[in-house]
Amino acid sequence: MKGMTVIVKTVSSWVKVLIFLFGIYIILFGHLTPGGGFAGGVILASSYVLLMLAFGREFVEDNLPLPVASRLDCLGALLFALIAVLGLALGGTFFVNFLYQKYLVGEPFKLVSGGTIPLSNLAIGLKVGASLFLVIFALSVFRCDSEKPGSPRLSDPPAEKKE
Amino acid sequence: MAVFYILLLFMIIAAIIAVETKDLLSSVICVGAIGFGGSLMFLFLRAPDIAITQIVVEVLGLIVLIRATIARDVTLISGDREFFGTVVSVVIIFVIFLAGMQIFESLPEFGVPVFSAVSDAASQTYVSNALNDTGATNIVTSVYLDYRAYDTLGEATVLFTAIIGATVILRDKSRKLLEDPDA
Repeated sequence: MKGMTVIVKTVSSWVKVLIFLFGIYIILFGHLTPGGGFAGGVILASSYVLLMLAFGREFVEDNLPLPVASRLDCLGALLFALIAVLGLALGGTFFVNFLYQKYLVGEPFKLVSGGTIPLSNLAIGLKVGASLFLVIFALSVFRCDSEKPGSPRLSDPPAEKKE
Repeated sequence: MAVFYILLLFMIIAAIIAVETKDLLSSVICVGAIGFGGSLMFLFLRAPDIAITQIVVEVLGLIVLIRATIARDVTLISGDREFFGTVVSVVIIFVIFLAGMQIFESLPEFGVPVFSAVSDAASQTYVSNALNDTGATNIVTSVYLDYRAYDTLGEATVLFTAIIGATVILRDKSRKLLEDPDA
């Protein structure tokens, strides 16, 4: 049997939703309460790490395949750069907060406020979450690889079970 | 200004010793002395955050270098020099302890920002203007995504490059190249 015992699997399958929701909350409300893109992204990745520890690597690979994760990573980086370039195009300066200064002032202490800051938080959260997931995935694959020569590798398709 | 010239002279002498000495461990320690001189220079130029970063990087680099060299070149210290070294270490630790106690005395009350002692500190500007400038109520977020967004772009680029490096090194093709370099 792959992964840990039934107790760990049951509890982590309940808790993973709460962790994921908490990560989304930290990212979305980063401009109002303590937190932000970096912290929220780490929490998002940690929910997948919990799944990886409890259910084994293959389960997580079926849930979030590696090409999808690396595309999410690139998408986050591109979104952040796009916000910066939009500031240059619409506001006149690279990285200027054009939404707050020109188009959408919003109201303090409300979700729609702060201009481009919530959007940047979203992009950074996506990027950091996917990056950390990829790092931990690469390290776990590497460990299996060095232990026995015939085990699956990073670029292999999700493989058939050997047992 | 004089202190900069003294530091510069110290760093140049340390660099010459690091290049010329025959003992590998002394050379590594001289490299560390150059780094500490640099961090002192940043401190006198009123950039304490860069000085702290420099010291941290320097300590890590020094530990790695000493760990790498100590296997090749073991220098044993014994007799009178051992006693002298112990006395010097105890004195240095005591002096650092006294300086730390002085710093604790000079800290403000709990809950009062450190920079409130200086009336024209940069952090005061952030605290008083951030809500009007950016519209975000979390000042930390408004600093790192609005005032200093270039810094965040650099951090994101570092993370991105690290991920690319990790996946490129750990992928299948590089492993095949390692087993069979001619392929």
